[in-house]
Amino acid sequence: MNLYEVTSFVLSIISASTPLLLAASGELITEKSGVLNLGVEGMMLIGAIAGFATAHATGNAYLGVLAAMAAGAAISMIFAVLTLSLLANQIATGLALTIFGHGFAALLGAGYVGISAPTLPLLKVPLLSEIPFFGPVLFEQNILIYFSFAMLFGIAWFLRKTHGGLILRAVGDSHDAAHAMGYRVIPIRYAAIAFGGAMAGVAGAYLSLYYSPLWSQDLAAGRGWIALALVVFAAWRPFWLLAGAYLFGGITYLSLYLQGLGVPIPSPLISALPYVGTVVVLVLISRDRRRTRLNQPACLGKSFHAVA
Amino acid sequence: MFRLEPRGERSTFWVYGSPVLAVALTVVTMGLVFAVMGAAPLPAIETFLVSPLLSVSGLASLAVRAAPLIMIGVGLAFCYRANVWNIGGDGQFTVGALAGGGLALLFPNEAFWWFYPVVLAAGVAGGVFWAGIVAFLKIRFNANEILTSLMLVYIAQLVLVWLVTGPWRDPQGFGFPQSAMFSAGATTPDFFGTTMHLGCILAPLIALGVWQIMDRTVLGFQLRVVGQAPRAARYAGFSNARLTWIALAVSGGLAGLAGIIEVTGPIGQLTTGITPGYGFTAVIVAFLGRLHPVGVIFAGLLLALSYLGGDAAQISLGLPNAITGIFQGVLLFYLLGVDVLILYRLKRVRGVLLVAEPAE
Repeated sequence: MNLYEVTSFVLSIISASTPLLLAASGELITEKSGVLNLGVEGMMLIGAIAGFATAHATGNAYLGVLAAMAAGAAISMIFAVLTLSLLANQIATGLALTIFGHGFAALLGAGYVGISAPTLPLLKVPLLSEIPFFGPVLFEQNILIYFSFAMLFGIAWFLRKTHGGLILRAVGDSHDAAHAMGYRVIPIRYAAIAFGGAMAGVAGAYLSLYYSPLWSQDLAAGRGWIALALVVFAAWRPFWLLAGAYLFGGITYLSLYLQGLGVPIPSPLISALPYVGTVVVLVLISRDRRRTRLNQPACLGKSFHAVA
Repeated sequence: MFRLEPRGERSTFWVYGSPVLAVALTVVTMGLVFAVMGAAPLPAIETFLVSPLLSVSGLASLAVRAAPLIMIGVGLAFCYRANVWNIGGDGQFTVGALAGGGLALLFPNEAFWWFYPVVLAAGVAGGVFWAGIVAFLKIRFNANEILTSLMLVYIAQLVLVWLVTGPWRDPQGFGFPQSAMFSAGATTPDFFGTTMHLGCILAPLIALGVWQIMDRTVLGFQLRVVGQAPRAARYAGFSNARLTWIALAVSGGLAGLAGIIEVTGPIGQLTTGITPGYGFTAVIVAFLGRLHPVGVIFAGLLLALSYLGGDAAQISLGLPNAITGIFQGVLLFYLLGVDVLILYRLKRVRGVLLVAEPAE
């Protein structure tokens, strides 16, 4: 491998990892508040179509990203009302959100199949982007790649160093205690779900406005579910999430790379690599029951209804 | 505003009333969706929900569509009762179709009467195997069954694509991604001179059988205890691992059976598109049917209607048939929302904004 190949290799991995990192960061915050939202895939698809349609109509990809963020947050509110205010089962409601998202995105996108929208431009830092390897990798990326890192570091700092992060974790670990201390459990969870929805929406916009900028119905291809698995993999810790997202981005890239090389394995089977990888990693991680139990927010998936 | 107040006991009225109310709310919402899309709401709803039922062939199609949904849905209801969240029905359906279909392709000239039952058994075995992976990983390694069963859906689909574009592709198929047609010896018989096939007869029988198992046997009792009171089940000495195996084997086997009947019946060969998401729709079927096999029969018929309605809306109104997905998602949302009335009643109070907030 020469330097040019190494550079394009690293760029491809970053490119494949970013949607996973964005969606998983949002879900991390949601789960830290004690809510398990299985609708990530659906919210991603809604974000993808909202971003695509807006960018197509306005000619501005950035407006598309903002629309995707708003759409993801808006659609997550259906989940929030059902699970928080009406105490519905979180697993079933999350599944409903994914089924609904599939249908809704397919319906809205019916007129866009095969059409392309404006894509997110690469932001080129003058001079610095001319540096071999580091230039293209660090100083010539689209805005969402920088955004994904900024958000990850922001989340890590928020959870560990701020009062707000402490409250969020308290709500997720013991909603009764948090409630007794006077924190408003339900509004905090609403906010955490909205954040997760907005991030999933942005991840969708990344797919439809940059990664594969031709509209197709199955754009997300299970990435929302892989993002959910990543949160478990990371044991709800931000920097493990980063490592996990890049590991899976690497596996996704590997499957594309192997198909390009023409190895004598049928390409559908190589395409199955990220999904097989997810199962393998889940098995390796979950084997240690204690690790999961220690790190998982204690109230994850439980409804909260204040009696008095 | 309103506040939720615990009833202290389950409301029997709302256990049965909530699906009815949810369906009514969904129909109203669909009217709004149609209006937004520029179709007159009432005629559109009629096209979507009534027109498919007005002919004998329409009713037969309804039974054909409902059969896989009921078979998978009954299995999922059984599984969810035990608090095991198998959402990979589509994958088990696909592997069932592959296992049985592979056998049928291997012996294309077999015409003995027992050959078709063997093909069906292979389909069941395929589904059990695929769900068995989930059970093994959950019991042995504590891996979350929601995520593993879902990943196995994608893997099964890609294996199917590989087989029908590669080793099993029909040499006379002009390069289309599909296998040869199954022989007459490996095809389900039709009934009553319509398109109704073996699955339409089996599905309700299976539902009734599973109902008896859930209601009348020790196994059914253990299943409910593990689902509703895991601690009590542990003290009673019920084996959680054994029940997880059984729950996943039953739901996987029924999904596999649905898969092999679908490809040896209405489809007649293996193609890349053997399921329009039956495994996911069956999740809604299971919930709408109150995780009860008899309820699942009705729910399966209703959701089958949503597929036919989507096709009808596409043909006569020119709307995208993705409308089916909207109907299904909205229906499940309403159902989950209305279900709160089973355990809580709404009470009018002044000055409180969020229903789940305490009155100060």
